[in-house]
Amino acid sequence: MSRTHVNCEVNGDAVDFLTEDGESLLNALRDELGLIGAKEGCGTGDCGACSVIMNGRLQCACLIFAPEADGAAITTCEGLASADELHPLQQCFLEGAALQCGICTPGFLIAAKALLDENPDPTETEVRYALAGNLCRCTGYDKIVRSVLEAAVQIRTPA
Amino acid sequence: MKYAAPTTIDEARTLLAGDAGAIVFAGATDVVPQMRAGRPEPSMVIDLKKIDRLMSVSLDGDTWQVGAAAPSSALTSNAAFAADFPGLTEAAGLIGSDQIQNRSSLGGNLCNASPAADSVPALVVNDAVAVIAAADGERRVPVADVVTGPGQTSLAHDEIVVCFELARPAGGTSDAYLRLIPRTEMDIAVVGAGVRLTLDDSGNVSAAAVALGAVAPTVVRVPAAEAALVGSSLDDTALAAAAAAASDACNPIDDKRGTINYRRQVAGVLTRRAAGIAADRIRTRNGQNGAS
Amino acid sequence: MSTTEAPPSTGTNGNGASGYRWVGTRPVRHDGLDKVAGKARYAADLNLPGMLYGHILRSPHPHARIVSIDTSAAEGMPGVKAVVTGADFPEAPPKGATRNLMCTVIARDTVLYSGHAVAAVAASTRREAKAAAEAIEVTYELLPHVLNISDAMADDAPVLHDNLFTRGVEPRPTEPSNIAARTVYERGDVEQGFAEADIVIEREFSTQAVHQGYIEPHACVVDCDQEGKAVIWASSQGHFMVRSSTATVLGWDTSRIKVIPAEIGGGFGGKTTIYIEPVAALLSTKSGRPVKIVMSREDVFRATGPAPGAIIKMKVGARDDGTITTAKAWLAYENGAFQGIAAMLGCMCVVSAYTLDHLYVEGFDVVLNRPVNVAYRAPSAPAAAFAMDSMVDEIAERVGIDPIDLRIQNCPSQGDPTPYGPKWPMIGLRECLEAIRDSDHYQSELPEGQGRGVASGFWFNIGEASSATVNLNENGTATVITGSPDIGGSRASMALMAAEELGLDVHLIQPVVGDTEVVGFTDVTEGSRATFATGMAVVEACRDLKEQLRKRAAKTWDCDVEEVEWVDGSAVHGPGEQEPLTLAAITGNAKRTGGPLGATASLNARGAGPAFSVQVADVSVDQETGRVTVERYTTAQDAGTAIHPSYVEGQMQGGVVQGIGWALNEEYIYSDDGNLENPGFLDYRIPVASDLPMIETCIVEVPNPSHPYGVRGVGEVGIVPPLPVMANAVADATGVRISDLPLSPPRVLEALTAAES
Repeated sequence: MSRTHVNCEVNGDAVDFLTEDGESLLNALRDELGLIGAKEGCGTGDCGACSVIMNGRLQCACLIFAPEADGAAITTCEGLASADELHPLQQCFLEGAALQCGICTPGFLIAAKALLDENPDPTETEVRYALAGNLCRCTGYDKIVRSVLEAAVQIRTPA
Repeated sequence: MKYAAPTTIDEARTLLAGDAGAIVFAGATDVVPQMRAGRPEPSMVIDLKKIDRLMSVSLDGDTWQVGAAAPSSALTSNAAFAADFPGLTEAAGLIGSDQIQNRSSLGGNLCNASPAADSVPALVVNDAVAVIAAADGERRVPVADVVTGPGQTSLAHDEIVVCFELARPAGGTSDAYLRLIPRTEMDIAVVGAGVRLTLDDSGNVSAAAVALGAVAPTVVRVPAAEAALVGSSLDDTALAAAAAAASDACNPIDDKRGTINYRRQVAGVLTRRAAGIAADRIRTRNGQNGAS
Repeated sequence: MSTTEAPPSTGTNGNGASGYRWVGTRPVRHDGLDKVAGKARYAADLNLPGMLYGHILRSPHPHARIVSIDTSAAEGMPGVKAVVTGADFPEAPPKGATRNLMCTVIARDTVLYSGHAVAAVAASTRREAKAAAEAIEVTYELLPHVLNISDAMADDAPVLHDNLFTRGVEPRPTEPSNIAARTVYERGDVEQGFAEADIVIEREFSTQAVHQGYIEPHACVVDCDQEGKAVIWASSQGHFMVRSSTATVLGWDTSRIKVIPAEIGGGFGGKTTIYIEPVAALLSTKSGRPVKIVMSREDVFRATGPAPGAIIKMKVGARDDGTITTAKAWLAYENGAFQGIAAMLGCMCVVSAYTLDHLYVEGFDVVLNRPVNVAYRAPSAPAAAFAMDSMVDEIAERVGIDPIDLRIQNCPSQGDPTPYGPKWPMIGLRECLEAIRDSDHYQSELPEGQGRGVASGFWFNIGEASSATVNLNENGTATVITGSPDIGGSRASMALMAAEELGLDVHLIQPVVGDTEVVGFTDVTEGSRATFATGMAVVEACRDLKEQLRKRAAKTWDCDVEEVEWVDGSAVHGPGEQEPLTLAAITGNAKRTGGPLGATASLNARGAGPAFSVQVADVSVDQETGRVTVERYTTAQDAGTAIHPSYVEGQMQGGVVQGIGWALNEEYIYSDDGNLENPGFLDYRIPVASDLPMIETCIVEVPNPSHPYGVRGVGEVGIVPPLPVMANAVADATGVRISDLPLSPPRVLEALTAAES
């Protein structure tokens, strides 16, 4: 089967890949670009483990046909940190023990980033609803929610 | 399977007309899970998100035009739209997660033809009209007439819902949508209830629309509940009568999401509560207007 | 190693003020950065050159004889490199655990549940593999099926296995049935107990099968070479188990197989067995290429991991003063398609949180046409606790005693007999009850309109075999290699214990999970055993190293080793004639004092400390829709000693929330034709963030005398109390007691409506 050539920007880099039209962006990111941070937990948009930000909007990469990404700008978990510093969310997740098995962590970080980009001072309830599309089976969400709230404080008041 | 992203409605219709196995999509939030489960197996998926008119949300005189492929988040983040249609905006904001709402569309929610679609009861009570691109030009169909049964619509294969037209509500009018789900998010409605009310100057109901989701093969409009509300001051008797009428109007099934009895019972409860919310919205707005 | 003396009681609620320098602190976990950066490699993240994708064809029927399988069409399809069916695998023995494993991996002549693996294809792409698998033609002869306990136990039930005769019944049955085993525990005379009781309550309870719900589907990559060796990258709770189980299913020698543990994306017991590795291995052997198999979420639900549903009938007797004297319990647990020990475990747990003079507990393990049970966090205990702790709540209400006080009044202590035989060692149930009683939550006034529920839970915890190797590096750092997959932060705990022993900064220690060829045999990470048993091996290896370090110092100083002490990471000369030698100084000089320093310990850990948890919740119930909202939740759990308190809390919170899910909305829903109707996260409703409040934790530390740091293990017991906690809270809020789970809105509303009329 012939494959489609897709050009896009991922984490600030211009990239291109070949894909079958019916393939998901998630598989393209993982298999063609080697960006394994986004995970497939369900393939149906119910778990959020594949969350990415595409053209400024939080989405499940498993629901995106790979060719849709042509011309798009995408941020994945791998794009959060700078060369010498973790994103405050990443640092707060580490210090707050917000991950156990870690499989959902990239999706939570991306969803939390999308939230804080929009709403830098969310309430606990707002955090919980904003993260409702991301399933975690290990933590009971407690430490995740606390870590997002802590990161929000740190981002608002840089040291 | 091919992917196509036309930039005009004509182009999309031509692609659709030329391939009996082609389907259109906006967010694919239903289509992808269905494809994974084996049905449908389209030969082509036509992405409607590159067509400007299908993506725009705009106020044209006294009519809102909501692009059929515009994501739910385009509504929930539009303060002017949300002020006119708080219930419909709520319904759009209840569909799945933030991730889903950045893709899911009113057009997709309607054409997927699930009895449980959240936005459809809210569209119906607001007398929304679907603008459909057809072979011989555009036709306008009340939203209530688009879905004919679970998974079935009145659209021909080569027809596309372009947008929804919603007349701005008259003064003293507002809407509300409530649904029952077991969790707080991420579920499909077990019961959904949309209510729109108009209150006259004395606070009595002068017009009412009630529509229920997930309690019958298609969304159910409930004239008896509307009649019970109209002319009332939304007193307990009227609300109870409306609730009873809503329960009676249900023709539900037992399934993995709920039982017949449960759906009947809760349809009444949600109708009553949604009517209360819609009325409160009108009163609050009137209060604000009075104060200003 | 001394295990006879009790370690110091810390009782610090995990705040690290225990006299330990490292144990009880909360360092950032060593594997954390990879996980927040998206770099950590789980099994599905590995791609090898030339790799094929495997796809497994599964039965659409719950019970059928396989008449024939025609793979010819599939073999001719594009990209297809190998096809296997049950006939390609060694013949299974007629019965027993080996048959159950072999026939779970792939069906032979009979499929026993919808989703049972029947055949598999390896092809160049996922799409090609799936298309080819679907082109395999299987002819089935449908057989009648049974999906629930009552139907399966009926006299005229269709029988799954014609060679299954109930164990534990005398005389031995002459007809096969679906009742695999009967278990009985008894003490005293229950009839006398009921006759003497002031209050006797009799109730029947039911719970539904649930899934562990790990977010990572099962995945593996297998690469077999032309010499018959196989390398398996797999996500599991035990890579030595993957090695032995794969060898068993394939009839291979274990030495042919090397298993490299990938990061594991959640297990909760569900990854203590295998499903796909032998299939991938055979496809790889046939094709000469690496093969990756990743289960879909749908397959995960249809073919892996149920924790069983159960029916429990209980009769409990108590005196007016609140003393619970007598319990009679009848428990039947689903086993899935092959026999297990679910009911036996339920029997052992059902009254364990109470002292009783008279008890008679009878359990039945029942096979039916559902996937085979797999462990799920304190397996069988939640349903048992749901029954017993619901009844205890009712007794507390009847006698007018606070439910916590009543539990304290009836709780066992060290030396009391367990229901299943031995005497209780040092346990912390009373301390957990007191911790909840004294908590801010329990002391707070219940908000208007809400209900409050409490319950307790028990789990055994286990020891089993573990190995650890600790190598000291030339720069004074240490590498700790264990064979326990880390499913929730155990590497950090290993490093903390090593740091404490060696007196080394925890960040100078690199904890590693070693593959089957670099570390000694280690049992599965299950039974809350990793920090307990593998931790014990780490401590033992470190103590060996400390001896070696003292000897090196003695050699350097040319003194008697008895004159050297190991203090805070340095060798100290007792008589004080030498400057202390740091660990780095010794390892830097190791080549001149006898070579590199390393130690290995392999052990069978004895003396696992039983775990108890006590929990309290406040809920509100929408009386018109039956929706239950958890408003506040507090859990107390005896950790023995919290090595890394943050991850102890995490285990407690995670267990609680899984239990809340089980109590409120999770359940397998089967259609009459035997197919699972909710094989996805849309309709299999695990709790989401907005469903929950914060889960307040209270770590109780009653040290386990058998572990050098007092560890009990914390992974499991947290899931036990939430089922009765939720039921008791709903009863308090509504006045209506519901004995069937889940407490979903339709069920609650039905009960409220029935109570009204």
